[in-house]
Amino acid sequence: MIRKVSQHVNQNEGLIFEKSSPGKKAYRLPPLDVPEVDPEKLLGDQTRQDLGLMPEVSEIEIIRHFTRLSTWNYAIDLGMYPLGSCTMKYNARVNEFVARLEGLGNSHPYQPEKISQGALRIIKTLSECLCEITGMDTITLQPAAGAHGEFTGILLIRAYHESRGNPRKKIIIPDSAHGTNPATAAICGYEIINLKSNSQGMVDASLLASIVDESVAGMMLTNPSTIGVFEKEIHRIADVLHNKGALLYMDGANMNALVGKTRPGDFGVDVMHLNLHKTFSTPHGGGGPGSGPVACKKILERFLPTPVLTTRTDGKLGFDYNRPQSIGRVRAFYGNFGMFVRALAYIFANGPDGLRQTTEDAVLNANYIRKKLEGIYELPYKTGSMHEVVFSDRLQTQNGVKTGDIAKRLVDYGFHPYTTSFPLIVPGALMIEPTESESKEELDLFIDAMKSIAQEVQDDPQLVISAPHNTRVARMDETSAARKPVLRWRPEPSAQTTASPKPELVETR
Amino acid sequence: MRYLPKSPADRELMLREIGVHSIDEFFQTIPEEYRLNRDLNVPRQMAESEIIDYFRERSQENAAGYAVFLGAGAYHHYRPVIIDALVQRGEFLTSYTPYQAEISQGTLQAIFEFQTMICELTGMDIANASMYDGSTGAAEAILMAMRVTGRAHSVIARTVHPEYREVIHTYLHHRGMPMTFVGYDHASGEVSLSELEKAVTDETACVLIQSPNFFGSIEEVAAVAEIAHRKGALLVVSIAEALSLGIVKPPAEADIVSLEAQSFGVPLGFGGPYDGVLAAKEKYVRQMPGRLVGETKDKNGKRGYVLTLSTREQHIRREKATSNICTNQALVALMSTIYMNVYGREGLKDLATQNLAKAHYAATQFGKKATVLFPKAKRFNEFVVQTTEDPHAASDRLLEKKIIGGFGLKKFYPELGHAALWCCTEMNTREQIDTAVQAVQA
Repeated sequence: MIRKVSQHVNQNEGLIFEKSSPGKKAYRLPPLDVPEVDPEKLLGDQTRQDLGLMPEVSEIEIIRHFTRLSTWNYAIDLGMYPLGSCTMKYNARVNEFVARLEGLGNSHPYQPEKISQGALRIIKTLSECLCEITGMDTITLQPAAGAHGEFTGILLIRAYHESRGNPRKKIIIPDSAHGTNPATAAICGYEIINLKSNSQGMVDASLLASIVDESVAGMMLTNPSTIGVFEKEIHRIADVLHNKGALLYMDGANMNALVGKTRPGDFGVDVMHLNLHKTFSTPHGGGGPGSGPVACKKILERFLPTPVLTTRTDGKLGFDYNRPQSIGRVRAFYGNFGMFVRALAYIFANGPDGLRQTTEDAVLNANYIRKKLEGIYELPYKTGSMHEVVFSDRLQTQNGVKTGDIAKRLVDYGFHPYTTSFPLIVPGALMIEPTESESKEELDLFIDAMKSIAQEVQDDPQLVISAPHNTRVARMDETSAARKPVLRWRPEPSAQTTASPKPELVETR
Repeated sequence: MRYLPKSPADRELMLREIGVHSIDEFFQTIPEEYRLNRDLNVPRQMAESEIIDYFRERSQENAAGYAVFLGAGAYHHYRPVIIDALVQRGEFLTSYTPYQAEISQGTLQAIFEFQTMICELTGMDIANASMYDGSTGAAEAILMAMRVTGRAHSVIARTVHPEYREVIHTYLHHRGMPMTFVGYDHASGEVSLSELEKAVTDETACVLIQSPNFFGSIEEVAAVAEIAHRKGALLVVSIAEALSLGIVKPPAEADIVSLEAQSFGVPLGFGGPYDGVLAAKEKYVRQMPGRLVGETKDKNGKRGYVLTLSTREQHIRREKATSNICTNQALVALMSTIYMNVYGREGLKDLATQNLAKAHYAATQFGKKATVLFPKAKRFNEFVVQTTEDPHAASDRLLEKKIIGGFGLKKFYPELGHAALWCCTEMNTREQIDTAVQAVQA
């Protein structure tokens, strides 16, 4: 029985180009207060003649267009987003409000330091909070996203080894890791050693010990692991690496399970990234922007990207660019500052008690789901779950239904799917991370939906396999999308007359 | 805690149903010596009003209400209010990456429109669904050119944004990929074609230029393309001031364009988040990093959109992916999409022409008191002013009048002496320009 949603009318809407018509406008410029210029005179043959198919529409059409499109999206604001390893939590609106305050939202990155003290103070305060939360000594906020943070962190490890004479050759990555980990190690010039998980889905410290030698630069570890389990041998793992001079990198994607309860810096991690768009509630925005600060131990401080924040002798804050051993810049300016404002507002709204309660509620929610669904869906690893729980579709595949099908059927029940087919160590994985943002009522609706789908798999598997049934569009033909990619709109030949591009532009297509 | 939707009774009930006595049981897997048995030392929990007060105070310690003559990769343009009205709709703001196409058509169609408009503006065939920013986008474009050509050497103009060059250096040098930096012509400020000719060899994967370049000079893209193509190298053109595309000919001769779209409706925000985007010739699509949205049909034949060609990406290909990039800048790209709709085919041209007029007026006025460098340059909205005094001195005088002057170039181009890069957009009034000119001493 589908309780959470009912079907309702939503508006059809074409592409904005299909609404365009010459002479429509959504802007008016103020009168020019300097003498007019003739572009051709100033730019000569560099003058652009025409803007081709750029739309011409009115303001109401733009508002309706994007409002209609927005109603086709699922969102946290509509309901639970049980995406494992993505931490889709509530995005507080006060964060949006403060990020748009005039002096913060509209400040130029190159404005003089003396009129940037507010922004610098925010960077400093957030840095201090994140160091305290992770138990690390120092931090850079420059990386623009999690994978960019990984890149920065692995370059820090590389610079550390280089300073000792040799960058080393290999990075060890467990087979349960997110795809960005091996991709990052590869672009940093490292060979990847794939470490097989043990029967509990955890790092096998003895196996690790047998492969770590002086050619290993470090290990990238997600803790809790992607099956939502704390690596209880974490310190042994760190010791094994450190004994051979290798460093331990922690992927902080799952930090929402740890904040206020334990600190990576205390359990042997040398360097890690945080995803402000996961743990610290900055909005996902349909895929970004993110922000991926990298926190590390003192031994890596001198290699941090330039510039680093510093306090001048007069107490004023500023940037220090004189960092001879730095790995260099990883991004222009100072990173995604707007996300720093939001993350700090989140920390203030929580305080130490709220941060701890948040972690506890996230873990409570995952374990509640685990308890209610265990047996209905197979639980491949029985070790205690933290913030997420991973089931498999083994019971359902007996009726020909796979994790991806169950996920799509969830959509009909008014939920976003969980993460499917990941981690790779669980065949047919259902990876569920409810976060702290779900009430007991919403969790119960989710659990009912999952139980109901399991029953449907028994009674009418085709219903599940052909899901979703209640969405605007049905399952998309992804094969032909990839085989003959159509990556931009072009007018139908007959429509050419209304918006005919100039010859100069046609040549380039 | 006001974001948490559970009462103490709910928690008790849930623990009971799970069959545990206390929440601590779930944290038993953390070895005891690593459990944190104290409060984190972070500020205490605040009320919403206190949070706003805190950030208002910080905001006031920052420049607010100043006239800005800074550009240099971050541009002060008017942002129509409908941008924030639309991007703050929860369905855009709080949605995830659109992997589940059936319930993400809003984001997907908007990105498809974004990709189309970027193609139209840049003269390229394809565009991706955005990169972190212009600096990392330029670095990724070079790596892409290396994959296409199978070569490792890149030639980079010194007139590319200095911080972009620093980022590129970080991306390349640890892998031993050689870079040659090429100087500029002192009459035009454009990349030196003769130096470029010498630097490009059969080993060169690509030439990277910026246009308008860091000095504001518009590069002769066709001439640079010819030099690159003659040796089998690709041409990558970085564009930091997207609005220039409203009036400056697109770099159609390039193979890859790396655009920073911040000018299109994205707040200055002390440097980020912005939105980079890569556009390219169609034949290079399989080497493109980042997400791509494609049009397709659902099983009932209805038009719709999906993330496509994901076999290039890290979540499928792991260490063999084209890039480790995962996150894009979807919400920021949405700001730019809305902006491009507001101004559209005529407005971008009108607005760009206003920028041209303001900068031309300002450069002319500055030229009466000081030296405007690179007299032969064709410019959009930036120009370099050389003075006899250190620009910092003028800058201090201007700050007293609530004006933020040009960007001092000494750090990156010491050979130019007391020079500063000035930018004039539609936001700068004639009065501000006249005041600024007055404050600058010859």
